[in-house]
Parts: sequence; structure tokens; C-alpha cells
Amino acid sequence: MRIKKGLKLLTLVAVLSLFIAACGDGGTDSTTTTGADGVTTTTAGDTATTTEGEDPGTTAPSGEGDLGSVTIGAGEPVIIASIQTISGGTASLGQDQVDAIEIAIADRGGELLGHPIELQSEDGLCSADGGSTAAESIVANPQVVGILGTSCSGAGVPASQIMSEAGLVMISGSNTSPSLTALPYLSDEPLEAQENWNEGYFRTAHNDEFQGAGAATFAAEDLGAATAVTIHDGDPYTEGLTGQFGEFFTAGGGEVVLATAVNKGDTDMRPILQEIEALAPDVLFMPIFQPEADFIVQQIGEFPGLADTQLMGADGLLSDTFVVLPETEGMVFSGPAQASGSAYEDFVAKYEEAVGTPPIQAFHAHSYDAANMLLDAIEAVAQEDGDSLVIDRAALRQYLYDLEGFEGLTGTLACNEFGDCANPAIGIFRNDDPSAGIVGVLGNVVGTAALADQVDPDKLN
Amino acid sequence: MVAEQGTRRRLHFDFVGAVLWLVRILAILAVVVGAFVSLSSGRLSAAAWLNFVVIGIGQGAIYALIALGYTMVYGVLGFINFAHGEVFMSGAMVGAFAANSLAQAGMWNSNPVLSILIVLLIAMATSTLVALLLERVAYRRLRNAPRLIPLITSIGASFFIQYAFLGLFGSQTRTYPALSILDGFIRVAGINIRYADIMVIGSALVMMVGLYTFVERTKAGRALRAVAEDKEMAALMGVNVNRTIVLTFAVGGAMAGAAALLFGVVFRTVFFFSGFLFGIKAFTAAVLGGIGNIVGAMLGGLTLGIFESVGPSLVLTGLGIPSAHQLKDVVAFLALVLVLIFKPTGLLGERLSEERA
Repeated sequence: MRIKKGLKLLTLVAVLSLFIAACGDGGTDSTTTTGADGVTTTTAGDTATTTEGEDPGTTAPSGEGDLGSVTIGAGEPVIIASIQTISGGTASLGQDQVDAIEIAIADRGGELLGHPIELQSEDGLCSADGGSTAAESIVANPQVVGILGTSCSGAGVPASQIMSEAGLVMISGSNTSPSLTALPYLSDEPLEAQENWNEGYFRTAHNDEFQGAGAATFAAEDLGAATAVTIHDGDPYTEGLTGQFGEFFTAGGGEVVLATAVNKGDTDMRPILQEIEALAPDVLFMPIFQPEADFIVQQIGEFPGLADTQLMGADGLLSDTFVVLPETEGMVFSGPAQASGSAYEDFVAKYEEAVGTPPIQAFHAHSYDAANMLLDAIEAVAQEDGDSLVIDRAALRQYLYDLEGFEGLTGTLACNEFGDCANPAIGIFRNDDPSAGIVGVLGNVVGTAALADQVDPDKLN
Repeated sequence: MVAEQGTRRRLHFDFVGAVLWLVRILAILAVVVGAFVSLSSGRLSAAAWLNFVVIGIGQGAIYALIALGYTMVYGVLGFINFAHGEVFMSGAMVGAFAANSLAQAGMWNSNPVLSILIVLLIAMATSTLVALLLERVAYRRLRNAPRLIPLITSIGASFFIQYAFLGLFGSQTRTYPALSILDGFIRVAGINIRYADIMVIGSALVMMVGLYTFVERTKAGRALRAVAEDKEMAALMGVNVNRTIVLTFAVGGAMAGAAALLFGVVFRTVFFFSGFLFGIKAFTAAVLGGIGNIVGAMLGGLTLGIFESVGPSLVLTGLGIPSAHQLKDVVAFLALVLVLIFKPTGLLGERLSEERA
């Protein structure tokens, strides 16, 4: 009897302690590895000073020298990592960004300050699991200087936190979820960091506040829509974008008659389409991914009540694998305004030569700019110590936060204190000819929104 | 001392029983209130509700076909073959290749019936092959092991097959070519029933009737039932147990292959992970209908499909829960929980042999 009681007590204590361990604070180690001469290297698992991006607020980045540094010996490579979605139904979103990064590296002859550039490519899987796994394996290598990624905001959320705690920098060429940086840009209120902002995170892709505003304005003014239905899939990017669209659409006088969602992995969209048919909206805004979007466009034909509803997608669907589907004819997409000019055309030519096809997705130029931004920053910040390079991590972050006037394919970029570096120009594209593929769609611009003019310039710098 | 213990035991029983009754009443209340609000609000016409049911039956037919594999293996061998979802996926993937080849040869739309039959045979053959391989490689040695062992093996086999397909065929989705004869619908009672749904429900019905006849009327079916009832006695009566078990896996695999074709032709997009959620839902359907019971699996599949299709719109939206369709899977699994709360052995009950009782 007594032994049994003791065992019960022990089990209870064990279970309770497991609970406390699991539900307690994530635990920030406050061990810093500052060396007097700044030549110490940060090792995995050590988190830096307690001013890392744990609490949202309007704090500016911390000062020099307290994140450690990377020492690259003679002949050793400068290692940059990438987390992109290179497999699965959304592989097109990441693959051409990796290609763009490789072109950026090749443009420099594969070398930076006499050291070869090595790219450690990880798969973000367009999911939180993928992002955190990839980030963990990257921060386990103390020689990685910076990360280019992720493709999807869903992977970006955990990756941003993990890399920030390890003192790294990450520049994304396609994350657009507002929760990763700050809001609001399009109103007079001061910018506030959002829930997933972390120090050291930057992006050359627009904040979805702009895309939501651009899409909503297009729907209300150009399409004359009075009612809209939005569908997201639970991912931070899609949820953020439908939220922003809803806000701006309602502010413009329209009505979002139903804001609903599907699951990633759903195949039968007919029940939800049946619900929407009863509402007969003017616009169906579905900024989701493949293959859920495939199922929607394939099954929507069975609902005659939805024949007049304009389908609107967003940049997650601006890929060659989606727009070639015959059912997507007439569909409108919001996305980043595409780059133009001779520098861009040179880039496209290099891309075609390296990959064999034109770029298959909308963020290749942004990814190229992100790669160049990172490489320029490393070049500027690195200090030569004989044949070795010493790169101070905090100085790298500070350089990027102070960056202004960076001439990229997507425009002249400047990074503000929350990591938004992009030129927030939005374009609206229509798919008039599925057989022309993504090149046809991106070339068929039916609307633009150059919203940077509406933003207080201090917010953008 | 004895009297006190007796009282304590009775009190203990009442408490748990009372909680269960409370849960049952709350569940019924939630469903009734949600349904009432949805139906009375006039949000959707009667035709729309009927359409939900038809959609649910179509989806449920596919679940039912896959659930048959789970239930038969459980009935005969006593464990859940978690790799059965991958049996379904393998048929769907290979069928996609076959369908695309036929489309390239120009046969797909010009000879639709023949093409579908060819792809059906290929899908069924692939699924059967994978099922047989599973039995031979993963499960045969573990016939006499405690039942948890083959269960864990099946989970491992499931991962193995998924990632084998990922490695062999890559991760992008494969699309079946559109079949033009399936476009269009007939109008019945104010709703449009697609030809595709008619084909799915019709084929599934034929398969299920065929399987039922096979199990109840043929000698091999009798052997199957005998082995399910009591393996050792059946062996003593002259039944070749090994062959019967192989037959079980083969028939289950064939059913999954048929489901794969129907899924492919109607939903058209498959990739290496397609089998996972379908497998779990089909297993849920099998348990819902009464694991081990073949008619139970069919009924469970149809029920699950209908719950999943009608549930979010009827109950969840009525209760005011936003984005109800995102909770479609929740509804499906809740349906299982609710059925088990009211009838713990599933809709048609489990056919227990003496040793399991």
C-alpha cells in the first residue's frame, strides 16, 4: 500500500515537472561570448544578449560587438545559407529564388574578398516545421554568416526566431506576411513591431499591407466589386493578406460577406464553394497556395451561381505550375510589381542561360537583390586579419539596418528599423492565356499600385 | 469494511457514468442547436443541403473503399494496417502515369470507357502488389507477435512507402488529364448531380456489393470469415490460413486501387503524401462503422463522408464558429468520438472472436 502510494506520488511529481518544463518560459540563455578583441565565434545554442527580439516594441537594434563574430581562415569559404521551398506542391516558389541566388554568387565570380562563397541550401517545405528544421541545422554550423530565405512566411516565422537568437541575419526575397515586421505603413499611427518580428530579419519583398491595399483597391475600383469573399489556409501569409484585404476593402465601402478558410491538404472544396455560391460575391479573393487553389478552380465550374464571380489570387499562385491550368483563364493576381530595365533584362538572360527557362515565379528579382544585399553587406563589414576575414555579426546587422540607396533590380532600396527594405510597388496581373505560362501573366499588367507615395518617408527608412 | 468498499465502487461508477451522460447530452444539444440555427436562417436552399449530402456520399464512397482494407485486415489478423493509405496512394500515382500516357496517345478522351478500365486495372494491380509486398515483407514474420508490433511496423512501412515514392517520383503533384465525358450533370430534385459523382457512387456500390457477395457466398470468402473467427480452428478444418491472409491483403489492396482511380479521375491531383490523410480518415471510418465488420466499413465510410461534408455548414456555422470549413477534419474526427460515445463498438459493432473478447 505504502509503496503504491509512493509510486503514485512520484508519478504525479514527474508529470507535473514535465508540464512545468513544457509550458514554462522558452529560456533565453544569457551567456554571451564577447571577446575583448571580438574574435570569438558564437557556437550553436548560445543566445546572445537579452535585447534579442523577444518583445514587440519600437526598439531599434542593439549595438556593436555583442553577438560574436565569424572568423574565416585563409582559403576557407564564406558560407551563406538559404532556406527555400524546393520540394512539394509549392516547389516553384523556392526553386527560382535559389537559382537567382546562385546567379548573384556567379556574378561575383563565386568569390568574396578572396574567399570562395559557399551556399548551404536547405528546404523550408513552405511550413513551420520545415522552416524550424532548416533553421536549426543552419545555426548548428557556426561558420554561417547569413541566411537568404525563406520562401514562405509560414516557414519564415520559426526560422526568423531561431536565426535571430543565434545572432545571424536573414534576408527574405518573398516573405510578405505583415506579422514578420511591422505595421501600419498606410496610416498615421506609428509603426509597431508585429508578433513575429525578430532582430536581424530583413526582406526585399513587400509587406502585405501594401498588397492587401492594392488588391482591395483594384477590386473596388477597377472591378467595381461591392461584395467579396476571402479564403485563407491558416498560414500566416494567407491569413495576414486576407485580413489586410478585408480591412482595406471595407474601408473603401465594400463588404466582405464571408471570411473563411480551408485547410492545407483539403481536396474537396465543394462544400465551401456551395456555401459561397449562396452569397454570390463579386470577387473571391483566395491568396492561397497549390494544390488547394487547383482544387478550387477545378471544382468551381460546377456552381453556376459562381460563374460571374471574379477569382483573385495573390503572389503564392504566381507560378508557372498554376497559371498553365486552363481553368485559371481570366483569373486576376496581385503580386509584386515586376522589375524592368536593362539590368533586369541582363539578369533574365543570365537566368535563362543558367536554368534553361525564363523565371517561373514572381520573386526572382527580389531574391537576387536580397542575395546582393547580403553579399555587399558582408563585403563592407568584413575586416581582414592577415589572410583571414573577421565578420562581426552585430556590425553586419547594423549595416543592413542603416542601408540606404541600395540599387537593386526592384528599385532603390532602404531598410527601416524593422527589416522592411522593399520597394512596395504592387502590380495586378491577369491570366488571359494559360498556354503563355507565367511569362504571359507577369507581362499582362492590368493595374498597379505605387503605394510608397502614401507612406511617410521616415517609416520606409 | 466490505460494505464501505461496495458503496465506494458504486459511487465511482455513477460519477463516470454521469459525466458520459453529460457529454452525450451536450453533444446532442450542440448538434441540434447548430443545425436548427443553420436550417432556419435560410442561408442555404434545400437544394444546397441536398448537394452537400450528395457530395458527402461521393467522398464517403472513396473512404468506404479504403476502409474495407483496414477492416478486413483487422478482422483476419487483429491489427490496423496503417500503411493502407499508402497502398491507395501508390495506385493513384501509378494510375496518374498511366492516364497521362493514354492521354498522350490520344486514347483518353476518345475511348473514355476503355481508358478508365485500363487505368483501373493498372491502379488495382499496383495497389494489390504493394499490399502483397507489405504482407510478405513486413507482416508475415510477425504473425505470432503481440499485436502492437505489427502495428508499429505498419507505421514504419507507411513512411517507407511514402518516401520511396518521394524519392522515385519527386515531390510535385501529378495531375490526371480531364475526362470530358464526366463534365456535365443531370438535374434531380433541383440540384445538379455531376456525372463524376454518379460514376464514383455507382462504381463504389458495385465494388462493395461484389465484395460482400464474395465474402458471404463464395468458398474463399467463407475461408476468410473462418480465419477471422478463429485462425487455429480454421487451420484444423483444412483452410489454408496463409493463402487466405494473402487473399485478404490482395482484396483490400484491390479495393484501395479502385478508390485510387475514382479519386484520381474526380479530384485529379495526387502526390506522394495524398495517402496520409485519406488513410487516417478511412481508418476512422472503419472504426466508426465497427472495426472488423465489412458492412460496417461501408456504412462508416458513407457516414463519415456525409458528416464531413454537411457538418461544418450545418452545425459549426450554426453555432457561430467562424471559418467552419477549416475545421472539416475536426468534424470528421469528432464524428468518430461522438459515435463511440454513444455506441462504443461502432455503428455495427465489432465481431469479436472468443480470444479477443
